[in-house]
Amino acid sequence: MNEPLLVATNVVKSFGPTKALDGANMSVRAGEVVAVMGPSGSGKSTMLHCLAGIIQPDAGTVMYDGRELSAMPDQPRSVLRRTEFGFVFQFGQLVPELTCVENVALPLRLGGTRRKDAEATAHEWLGRLEVGDVASKRPGEVSGGQGQRVAIARALVTGPKVIFADEPTGALDSLNGEHVMRMLTDTAKESGAAVILVTHEPRVAAYSDREVIVRDGHTRQVEFA
Amino acid sequence: MSISHTLLGLLERGPRHGYDLKREYDEHFGQNRPLHYGQVYATLSRLLKNKLIEENGVEHGGGPDRKRYAVTAEGVTDVDKWLTTPEKPELYLQSTLFTKVVIALMSRRDAETVLDSQRHAHLRAMRELTKRKSDGDLADQLICDHALFHLEADLRWLELTAARLHELSTALKKVKP
Repeated sequence: MNEPLLVATNVVKSFGPTKALDGANMSVRAGEVVAVMGPSGSGKSTMLHCLAGIIQPDAGTVMYDGRELSAMPDQPRSVLRRTEFGFVFQFGQLVPELTCVENVALPLRLGGTRRKDAEATAHEWLGRLEVGDVASKRPGEVSGGQGQRVAIARALVTGPKVIFADEPTGALDSLNGEHVMRMLTDTAKESGAAVILVTHEPRVAAYSDREVIVRDGHTRQVEFA
Repeated sequence: MSISHTLLGLLERGPRHGYDLKREYDEHFGQNRPLHYGQVYATLSRLLKNKLIEENGVEHGGGPDRKRYAVTAEGVTDVDKWLTTPEKPELYLQSTLFTKVVIALMSRRDAETVLDSQRHAHLRAMRELTKRKSDGDLADQLICDHALFHLEADLRWLELTAARLHELSTALKKVKP
């Protein structure tokens, strides 16, 4: 089995007097889909934010591909997030003023790709996620399920090594949620990306290869036969 | 599942041989548990006796003669009654999982590990069903969904119980040993 790509060790994070994570541990290998589960307020979103370098832990380390993400200054961490990571959230991640194809092309444009090339790649990804027909629409003009597929296209367009998905189907009905999960995990597997999936829904977690449970800021690694 | 009502329902589409009925049953409802020929013919003979079906000609061929069966008016009424009578909702009040959690707490074992191992087993079953769903046709998907929603209900109970373990432990301590 390949080496872990992303490893969090004894991560502690507090917000004021509240300890969101209190010595949490987890690791993810390339191409693996890991579900981070736990009740509301258990610390699972904080875990995702620490793993993705969005916030810095108060103590403990996050290692990404041999580099200590938790010790990196803002600027290189931000570049790393843009080039190596992709993000899918529950709500509001698309820029409402841009069309869907412009939204998907945005990470490439920020990385310096020419508009024409970026949009050509974005069109390809929209097609793969079966939402090519909404390319010229704005996010407000598409359904929730279509919007999430556009968001997945945007998360995958730069060829990330890790995709962070925080309750990606939380705002969708069962059927649309299923389509989105199948597309997210299929496309990630095809491109070899790891997926860290935060969810409290067991049927969403069933798309993962294994689960990590977060409760009261602690992780419970489950290694049963 | 009522095999007799299912076979009656299939016969409403027109007269059939026992072999055809078995094949259709297995295709739509057999999944991992196809019918045995013995079950088919025992059921048909009971339906005949109760006048819910009747013989509808015999086919002579190279092998043994094959009887064809047709549903009677009484049979149609019986199917109608079966379809419009709701199934009794399962109450699941005798839960082994609940018993295990209580015994773990009473004997000062780690009840959270009991819940974790069960959650893991449930999620593993859900992963298998999810894979089967993505490879299957619509009927297969609906059957798997039914199982997935039931497993999900168990998992929600496991999460709720995990969140209330401390409370349950305190309540149990108040009960005299």
